[in-house]
Amino acid sequence: MTAYKLKYDGTFEGLLTAIFTVYDERLSSVTIIEERFFEADFFSEVATIFTDENKASRVWEGLKQFQQFRTSVYRTFLSELPDKEVYILDAVQYVLKTKNDKDYGHPSVLKLSQITKQIGREKHRMEAFVRFKRTKDDIYAAIIEPDFNVLPLIVKHFKNRYADQQFIIYDRMRSYGIFYDLKAIQFIALDLDDAVLKDALHEEEVQYDKMWQDYFIATGIKSRINKKLHLRHVPKRYWKYLNEKNPL
Amino acid sequence: MNFERIREKLNILADAAKYDVSCSSSGSKRKNTSKGLGDSSGMGICHSYTEDGRCISLLKILLTNHCIFDCAYCVSRKSNDIKRAGFKIQEVVDLTINFYRRNYIEGLFLSSGIFSSPDYTMERLIAVAKKLRLEESFNGYIHLKSIPGCSDELMREAGLYADRLSINIEIPTVSGLKLLAPEKDHKDFIKPMEKVKNEIIQYQADKKLIKNTPVYAPAGQSTQMIVGATGESDKDIMYSAVHYYSTYKMKRVYYSGYVPVLQDERLPALGTEVPMLRENRLYQTDWLLRFYGFDVREILNNQHPNLDVDIDPKLSWALRNMHLFPVDVNKADKRMLARIPGLGMHSVSKILNARKYRKLNWENLKAIGIAMNRAKYFMVCDSNQWERKDLEPSQIKSMILQSSQSKYQKMYNNQLRLFN
Repeated sequence: MTAYKLKYDGTFEGLLTAIFTVYDERLSSVTIIEERFFEADFFSEVATIFTDENKASRVWEGLKQFQQFRTSVYRTFLSELPDKEVYILDAVQYVLKTKNDKDYGHPSVLKLSQITKQIGREKHRMEAFVRFKRTKDDIYAAIIEPDFNVLPLIVKHFKNRYADQQFIIYDRMRSYGIFYDLKAIQFIALDLDDAVLKDALHEEEVQYDKMWQDYFIATGIKSRINKKLHLRHVPKRYWKYLNEKNPL
Repeated sequence: MNFERIREKLNILADAAKYDVSCSSSGSKRKNTSKGLGDSSGMGICHSYTEDGRCISLLKILLTNHCIFDCAYCVSRKSNDIKRAGFKIQEVVDLTINFYRRNYIEGLFLSSGIFSSPDYTMERLIAVAKKLRLEESFNGYIHLKSIPGCSDELMREAGLYADRLSINIEIPTVSGLKLLAPEKDHKDFIKPMEKVKNEIIQYQADKKLIKNTPVYAPAGQSTQMIVGATGESDKDIMYSAVHYYSTYKMKRVYYSGYVPVLQDERLPALGTEVPMLRENRLYQTDWLLRFYGFDVREILNNQHPNLDVDIDPKLSWALRNMHLFPVDVNKADKRMLARIPGLGMHSVSKILNARKYRKLNWENLKAIGIAMNRAKYFMVCDSNQWERKDLEPSQIKSMILQSSQSKYQKMYNNQLRLFN
């Protein structure tokens, strides 16, 4: 039996197109893999997938009746985990065949639900840990470095909340950001870091930064100190952009 | 704006407000419809955590710490010699807006010492909320404290701008209140609660007829009790919590381990350890009552007026009711699954979904993520391996304690108990 390796361009539509191809050509023992991670071997036949929106949306529509499962497919994709395509394909095939979208006894279905939970946690953390700094041009800017690619998931939250202020949230790890111009969200590419941002700050910014620092200290109760619990809630890897930990 | 002066006030008035443990910012349905600022229709968000591990979700401050009362348990009591300060209304509004715009907070939690009269104080709190809503079109979360003894008209107005209203009962028993806050009358606490409850009922009824009825305290009301200041038992505390949940439709009752802040012969001495473990057990009990379908009388009664410190209340209940176990996870109903020690409600729902498709064995259950070290003594599944020995509850308890590492272990001594 031939094993197949399908290369795709790393987009979600690309992955869905690859899944479409698996069904369309009735392939078995398939590995879907991102182009940039691809390594040739002697055992499998290789095909390149050309992203096709039409094919992608047919797979997406096919999963429509499993809303919750469909969300976890997308979120697992955003996890950027190396084997994500393996779990996704396996779970999708199982769910489409059996309709058992909540069978957590199935390893891949359970795996997807666990990854989704992790992503959800990171999304929620970013909604909490984004710290805007006001710039001279009255744009509120924040830099983040999330564990997973959750920026697309938090767009709606921030747009609803800050409908009357211009803001930028920039993912420094993945070098892209979102910009809200009081009308709509745009995905933007720019190069932003702490130093650049610091030069552009509004003159009052340092005062609010200090006040937040003051508040953070004043609201803690010394006789109940519990650093371990504190660290569990605010792991050190997030401290870099939290101004209560890193004041201006 | 004079930032130096504001910082000074913020330090004093945040410090004085920190003993109020409520930090919830969820449960409101206030959407940002007018392209204004803020939205509190989603779930609550903790933007940071203090070094004692509590969530920081709201800007929690007092409007002032000047107070005409002299309650023994309170750091702002009249006779305490501390720095006093007071915010202007506009200052609180500016701080809230500026913190909110930077995504530091979900909203404002505003309490106050009582100056001149309860009504005068309540009016000031309402003025802040009103300004935020009407002048700044702020849709973030606002939690206002109800001032004991304030009028019904003001409580009505407060609910039009606040998402949540709360009044802290502080001392669970009427006799304790007499001892520690002799100037305060139990009735003064109850009246605002009663009013808020009735307004919420009224709102829900009106809403069915008139769609644009102005929303009233959408996140409901809550209260707080101090634990360990007077000699009350866990039973006293939980029974009065149940009373507040059922009579006043509380969204939450908070339990706050008493932090000795003052020297007073009626209270535990300064330096007494904060009863954090006890507080934790009370919250666990609270959860069992609200989400797990337990009745308070099953957990606390005259035979068991206090919770065990070394094991959680569900495990403790199970050990007293061994005749109900083991439970077959592939057959039992939801109510019984929720009673197995080591199973949370998330695991229960995963089990209920998964067992439609296959009989679950230990491997499946482990993958789902249940706490096996506790659960294994109380259940059977699709496997011929299970705990066959007729173990005594005390044996199970000591085996569980030995196989687990409690973060509270240093607070109790298991060794002594083994020799009993």
